[in-house]
Amino acid sequence: MRLDRIGGGLVLAVLTALTPLAGQTQPPATTSARSGPAAPDEAAKAVDKNWKMPKTPWGHPDIQGIWNNGTTTPLERPADLADREFLSKEEWATRAKESANRATNRPDDPDNDLALAYDNEWWDRGTPLLRTSLIVDPPNGKLPALTPEGKKVVDERAAARAKRGYADSYTDRPLQERCLLYHGVPPFPTGYNNNYQIVQTPTHVAIRYEMLAETRMIPLDGRPHFGPKVPQWMGNSRGRWEGDTLVVETTDYNDKATFRFHADHRSLKVIERFTRTSADAIDYKFTVENPTMYTSSFTAILPLVKSEGPIYEYACHEGNIGLANVLRGHRYEERQAKSGKAPRKRTN
Amino acid sequence: MRSSRLSALSKLTAALTVTAAALSGCSASTSGQAQAEYRAPLTADGKPDLNGIWQAVNTAHWDLEGHPARKGPVAQLGAFGGIPGGMSVVEGGEIPYQPWALEKKKQNAAKWLELDPAVKCYLPGVPRATYMPFPFQIVQGADQILLAYEFAQASRTVFVNGKDSSPLESWMGWSNGRWEGDTLVVDASGFNDQTWFDAAGNFHSEALTVVERYTRTGPDHLMYEATIEDPKVFTRPWKIQMPLYRRVEQHAQLLEFKCVEFAEELMYGHLVKETTQQ
Repeated sequence: MRLDRIGGGLVLAVLTALTPLAGQTQPPATTSARSGPAAPDEAAKAVDKNWKMPKTPWGHPDIQGIWNNGTTTPLERPADLADREFLSKEEWATRAKESANRATNRPDDPDNDLALAYDNEWWDRGTPLLRTSLIVDPPNGKLPALTPEGKKVVDERAAARAKRGYADSYTDRPLQERCLLYHGVPPFPTGYNNNYQIVQTPTHVAIRYEMLAETRMIPLDGRPHFGPKVPQWMGNSRGRWEGDTLVVETTDYNDKATFRFHADHRSLKVIERFTRTSADAIDYKFTVENPTMYTSSFTAILPLVKSEGPIYEYACHEGNIGLANVLRGHRYEERQAKSGKAPRKRTN
Repeated sequence: MRSSRLSALSKLTAALTVTAAALSGCSASTSGQAQAEYRAPLTADGKPDLNGIWQAVNTAHWDLEGHPARKGPVAQLGAFGGIPGGMSVVEGGEIPYQPWALEKKKQNAAKWLELDPAVKCYLPGVPRATYMPFPFQIVQGADQILLAYEFAQASRTVFVNGKDSSPLESWMGWSNGRWEGDTLVVDASGFNDQTWFDAAGNFHSEALTVVERYTRTGPDHLMYEATIEDPKVFTRPWKIQMPLYRRVEQHAQLLEFKCVEFAEELMYGHLVKETTQQ
C-alpha cells in the first residue's frame, strides 16, 4: 500500500503537462500484487496434489477474489529472442530483478526522468513471464499478417492521424489519458492497477476492473449478443462454463476502442478462457478472431495471480487536470511559435 | 361551448383525482401489508436475494425535496429540457440544513450547470448513484456485494460484515454491510466533499455518513432507505425513502454510459485549437 504517497500524483501531473502520460492524474492506489519468486505462467501451471477446485454452493468452479495480470512480457516476441519460446531461469531472474528494482533506478537524464511521469515508485508493472511473448499462437509469438483489407484500414487510420497535431483537440489524445478506456477486453496489463475483482452468482460472472472501476457483466444464460447496432467500448460479453473453464465470447465493439493490436470492430470477436489451477492462480488465455484485419486468429496468455485486496477507488476523470494542461501547453506553444519564439525542447 | 367543455373536463378531472386518491390510499395500505408479509427468495448462502437490475422511477435526482415542474436552463432542448415536478422523498419533507448551509444550497442551485459535479460526469457519490435516472445492478456475493451503476460506470464493493474503514476520502466512499433480518444495511463513509445529492444543489461535507437499507418488498420491488448524517451541514440526521423497481424486460442488461465523452466539449472545448474542426 502506498496511500501515504497519494498527494504527490496530482502535483506531478501539472509538471508533466507536455508528456503523453500526463492524463493519469490519479496515482495507482492499489495494494501491491505480485510477491514470491515464481513467474506468473509458471505459477498458473504449478500442480498441487492436495488442491481441489473450490466450488460455489450452486456448483460452478469458484474463481472469486481479486486477481492481478501485471507483467512486463510483451505481446509479441522481441527480435532478439526470435527463436526462443522461453527464457532460461537465469534470464528470467535477471529480468525479474530488473523490473523489481526499476523504482530505485531512476534515469540520469532529467528529461527521461521527467518523461516517466511519476516518481518511479508509482509503477507496479508485475514480473516477466517465462515465455518470451504473450502470444502463444502463431508459434512464432508474432501477430499474424494483415489481410489486404486490414492493411488498408491501418493505412487509412495512420493517414487520418497524420493530418492532425498531437493535441489539436482532446480527441487527439489517447483514450487512457481521457479516462475513457484503459484495460478493455481483453484486459492488457499496464504500468499499474492491474487488479480485477471477480464476483459470481448463479446467472452472472462480474469482473470489476480496478482501472476506471468499470464492471463487466457476463451473463451465463445464453442470451444473444446486443448486435452491431448497440456497439460498446468493451464489447458485449456472454459466458458459459465448459467443465472447469469459464468461456467468454465478446463481440459488438464500437469503432473507437483501441487495442494493443490492430482491430477492425466490424468483425472483432474475443474468446477468453479462465481456468483456476490453484488457490493462487487462474490460467487465462484469449483468442482474437478478426478476419477482416488478420489472416488468422491469434491466442495469447495472461496468467492471473491472486492479489491482496482491497481495491481502492480509481477516480481518473475527476482528477484529470493533466488532459487540460496538455491542451493548454500546446496552445501556449502555438502562441509562442506565432510570435517567433523558439519552442521548448520536448521530451516526447 | 368552450367553457362548458372545460367545466366538464374539470369535473371529470376532479372525479378522477378523488378516485386516484382513494385507489392510492388503498394501494398504499396493501403495499404496506405486502411489505410486512413478503419474504424474498434466498440465495444459496441463505440471504435474501437482491440480485438484479434496479432503478428508481422518480424525480429525486432533480431534487430530493418536493418541487413543481419548471423550465430548464438549456433552451435548445425545448420540452425535453423541462424539469419534471415531484413529491419530496425526504421524511418530513425538508432537509434540515444549518442556516449557512441553506444559503450555500441556494447558491449551488442558482449555478446548477456550472457547479453540479455530475454534469461533468464526475462519480455521483452516495446516495445519488442509486436514484440517477439510470439502472444499477446488484451482484450479490457472500462476502462482497458489487453495486455497479450505469451512470459514469461507477461501482462500489459492499464488504459484508466488514470492519475496515476508508484510509482516505473518496467519491463513492467505503461501504461495510450487514444483514438485519431481511434487510441489507450498508454503512457508507469515507466520502470527500465533492458530490451533491441531486441537481438542486443539495450538498454535504466530508463528514458525511450514510446508512442505507435495502429490503425486498415484492418480486420486482426493492425498498431503499438512506439515513444521512453530517453534523457540519445539517442540524440532525435525516432520511430519504423510495422504492426501486426491477428492470423486468427480457435480457435486461446495463449498457455503457461513459459520460466522460459527453462532457469533454464542456470541460475542454475552450482549449481546442481554433482552426480545428471537431
